[in-house]
Amino acid sequence: MMVKGKVWKLGNHVNTDDIIAARYLNTTDSQELATHCLETLRPELVQKMEPGDILVAGENFGCGSSREHAPIAIKAAGFSLVIAVSFARIFLRNAINIGLPVVETSEAKRIREGDLLEVDFEAGMIKNLTQNSQYFWSGYPPFLQELIKCGGLMKWVRKKYIKSE
Amino acid sequence: MTITEKILAHHSHQEKVTPGEFIEASVDLVLANDVTGPLAIQEFEKIGATKVFNPAKIVLVPDHFTPCKDIRSAELVKKLRDFSRRYQVRFFEIGQVGIEHALLPELGLVQPGQLVIGADSHTCTYGALGAFATGVGSTDVAAAMITGRIWLRVPATFKFTYHGQRQRWVGGKDLILYTISRIGVDGARYQTMEFTGPVIDSLPIDDRFTMANMAIEAGAKNGIIAPDEITLTYLKSVITAFKMEPADLRSDLDSIYCQQIEIDVNQIEPQIAVPPLPSNSRSVRELTGTRIDQVVIGSCTNGRLSDLEKAAAVFLHGKVHPEVRTIIIPATQNVYYQAVKKGLIDTFLTAGCVISPPTCGPCLGGHMGVLAKGEVAVATTNRNFVGRMGHPESLVYLANPEVAAASAIKGRIAHPEEVVNP
Repeated sequence: MMVKGKVWKLGNHVNTDDIIAARYLNTTDSQELATHCLETLRPELVQKMEPGDILVAGENFGCGSSREHAPIAIKAAGFSLVIAVSFARIFLRNAINIGLPVVETSEAKRIREGDLLEVDFEAGMIKNLTQNSQYFWSGYPPFLQELIKCGGLMKWVRKKYIKSE
Repeated sequence: MTITEKILAHHSHQEKVTPGEFIEASVDLVLANDVTGPLAIQEFEKIGATKVFNPAKIVLVPDHFTPCKDIRSAELVKKLRDFSRRYQVRFFEIGQVGIEHALLPELGLVQPGQLVIGADSHTCTYGALGAFATGVGSTDVAAAMITGRIWLRVPATFKFTYHGQRQRWVGGKDLILYTISRIGVDGARYQTMEFTGPVIDSLPIDDRFTMANMAIEAGAKNGIIAPDEITLTYLKSVITAFKMEPADLRSDLDSIYCQQIEIDVNQIEPQIAVPPLPSNSRSVRELTGTRIDQVVIGSCTNGRLSDLEKAAAVFLHGKVHPEVRTIIIPATQNVYYQAVKKGLIDTFLTAGCVISPPTCGPCLGGHMGVLAKGEVAVATTNRNFVGRMGHPESLVYLANPEVAAASAIKGRIAHPEEVVNP
């Protein structure tokens, strides 16, 4: 899989309240959640972004609450990928479970707002077309690769548990 | 192996597990609430599931926006209620419901050695009883409701050893805030925080709940305390019979820890965490001038009976400042009832506090005490992120129940001894 998009850069410890505030958690509608994505932190972002754009963050992205509404909002807003130096664990599993691509690499520090990136998941390569550089990441462990390949946890469960019954 | 590794090995039917290893483990209890449960049900139905793995091991606790704050939250709770009737899983109606992480232990639903997952980040609270308990997402819960299993990466364990004597006014909240300030909000990311040492050995169960509850605020997968006499005494008060499995719930002497720190508790004063991170903890004395508008005493962190007892003991020495509103939220119906019987509610009402029914409510800016622009709160809750309790330009300081009560009386951040021994 390949994605290409423009970067929106965020800092360290972006929490799930920043991504989607609790006042919007009285709905499960992904499109509605998307309209409030990152509203507290960057109110203009959702209006200005283009589908396929990439979020790049520092350390511990998605810390705080377990609300899956956070990766749902990011995915429904049209972001193709989140790259961060590190992810908080519940956010990471939620993203993988719902099929939102995430890449964990310390190279995220070098990426700047507005950079144009081309990401090749199979090769584990990020091409920074703006800075004319490239970064590699080690990829996911085999178990997570299997989950991702299935298209998320529920598809994996259906394949493994429900179809076999 | 550590206590966490032993529980994970037992639940994945292996002799041994190693940090970093991926396992599929069986779960003893699956939890979701009114925010996360509806999404889980949606995913459950989307793949055409028609039965749950074991109705007795699934609990739905509508605690976040209840009693329902608006039509939409009422619809979410209805979804849980309908699902519970159809699949015979446990659902707690208003009148029985309480904040999930106070309610489930109180009902004896969590026991040492169990593996508990919950679509709520503070599920780690149950580590206080020697269970492996961790917060997951809604999709995880949907999958676990079908399969009775969860995928996990075995965490490495970070050992914390607490020595010395706790000063007066220093409780579990202060110990955990201080600890998080030492290691940062991602200081234990993906890891287990194992709390040990003489201070923990004598720490009351409610304070242990508070400590394990906030392990997530350091990024941890779980917090855990080996079960001992204090744990067993508590368990005997809530359940008639239980079996500890695996039986040996102590970390082996040759356990491998990724990190270890020793904490001298003698030095720790009552703490207060400055917004916007729980790791910004300082001694209360450094902030005693800060003016406040609201005080919230409650939550899954500090809404248990002993928390209310501590707060009430301070309110015996003064009334709520005229420019402050103080909201007391007993975490469960039982805590509320005990607080009535012990006269605590009398003390709170006389002091000018308002009593809320059990709810997460203001902790996450849901309802029952949301802040306006520029307002400042002292809360016994667990997060002080930007806009956590309301407007993005409002502020939350985290503290223990006595500090919160003293601050309510003074109208500014205050040390309890300013009120109790003036």
